Amino acid sequence: MANGEKLCIISLLKEYGGLNMKNLKRRISSLLVLLLVICSVMGIVGCSSSKGTSSVITDTTSVEASQVAKLDKATIYVFVAASLKNSMTTIQEMYSKVQPNVTIVLNPDSSGTLKTQIDEGATCDIFFSAAMKQMNDLNTEGYIDSTSIAKVLENQVVLIKPKGGTTLVTSFDTITKAKNIALAGEDVPVGAYAREIFKSLGIYDKVMAMEINQGANVTAVLAAVSEGSNEVGVVYATDAASVASKIDIIASAPSGSLTTPVVYPVGLVKNKDASVAQTAAAKDFISYLQKDEVTSIFTGYGFSKAK
Amino acid sequence: MNDIISNINWSPLWISLKTGIMATIIAFFLGILAARLVMKLNKKLKWILDGIFTLPLVLPPTVAGFFLLLLFSLRRPFGKFLYTEFDIKVVQTWTGCIIAAAVIAFPLMYRNARAAFEQVDITMIQSGRTLGLSESKIFWKIVMPIASPGIASGTILAFARALGEYGATSMLAGNILGKTRTIAVAIASETSAGNYDTAGIWVGIIVAISFVIILSINMISGIGMKSIKQW
Repeated sequence: MANGEKLCIISLLKEYGGLNMKNLKRRISSLLVLLLVICSVMGIVGCSSSKGTSSVITDTTSVEASQVAKLDKATIYVFVAASLKNSMTTIQEMYSKVQPNVTIVLNPDSSGTLKTQIDEGATCDIFFSAAMKQMNDLNTEGYIDSTSIAKVLENQVVLIKPKGGTTLVTSFDTITKAKNIALAGEDVPVGAYAREIFKSLGIYDKVMAMEINQGANVTAVLAAVSEGSNEVGVVYATDAASVASKIDIIASAPSGSLTTPVVYPVGLVKNKDASVAQTAAAKDFISYLQKDEVTSIFTGYGFSKAK
Repeated sequence: MNDIISNINWSPLWISLKTGIMATIIAFFLGILAARLVMKLNKKLKWILDGIFTLPLVLPPTVAGFFLLLLFSLRRPFGKFLYTEFDIKVVQTWTGCIIAAAVIAFPLMYRNARAAFEQVDITMIQSGRTLGLSESKIFWKIVMPIASPGIASGTILAFARALGEYGATSMLAGNILGKTRTIAVAIASETSAGNYDTAGIWVGIIVAISFVIILSINMISGIGMKSIKQW
């Protein structure tokens, strides 16, 4: 490059905002300082918030905790239906006092989505579904230890509206009066239960012709109704109870409309990559879930014990 | 395969196309206006406004969805006001789809327009001023023609982005078949339900459309390029 051309480029660079080496270095170093500050703030916030999950759970388990044999260190992956998220988070903390070496990784989502994840090879030790359908399908496909399947809980399907919202709907069979409804998809247990109710009431086709906002799981349906985006929605009684301040229950599922009771089964998932300690921890947690003191936690959230 | 195709509801295709076109029109005008505004500002204001306008491009679309929900939800003041006074509902309507897609596509149009305007030789504009042309005549008769390849490629990029928008759209407009289920939302729904065949068909459609879009961008921005290099 000739000297003339070099001078031309340098003067052009100087013209466009005084870009020279000193300036450039100063700008880069101030940018790095800014990034450093942001990262350290994030670090401080992150560290302090993880300590903040001190549980306010009564220490009734502390006596028993000291008497139980401690399992070896393990991490277990527990896939639970979306409606179990709140209760399972509480129980997870309780269990960590009984078995401090076991870390539980909770994955709450629609049981249909979780089944697909397990089909596709996701790492999973325990499946806690909101319907027998997904559990039976996975069992037929060979992913579940058949002997471990246990019916744990029962739930109720309810029709809800936003608190203070106006609607002409008074029951499940007058649901067609609503302008729009929030309904979970067919592969979501609560969506399947809702469709079963509509079929037994003989209004299935009319309901499907309505304006339906399809939720990916029951939590999405609940959020849509709580925010007032939908006039009515179909969720579980336990979900309705969890946001009681934002929604009103219009009606429960009419008796006899559901041939299959809303049963939540738990099962051990065959995890080839699981260590011995991991499988032992998973089995222990499954039996823990069926203990009386844990059942009372579930009933506190609105579930009932499976018959 | 044939019975899957015959059973598919094709409404997501039309909803995506309509949303894409409407959102692009909005982003087109707003993007050009914003770029023109920013070009005229002093340095400090330029950096600040440039940052704000580019934000939806850099942030996760769910952030845009979050703010839009805060704004338009029927429980929040502004959304409630719109609904009670004008009977306008934005959440879970096609309007919501358009607004979400427009917010996400706007930064792309803005940045391309701004880049195109920056390329315009300032002496052209100064000459126009010395010759006594009004500012708006300078903009439409001098700046826009020179900037047109950049503006065109910005428009097409904005259309592509609006077509493929998922996060903000699903948060604001929900998932209503026939009203707000775009192709992206349909793919998510069908995949989570395990209908991989149906989802695959939608994936193929959107890939084909996107490919055509990229081809047209390359063709248009190729205008004015003296030679295309080959290493």
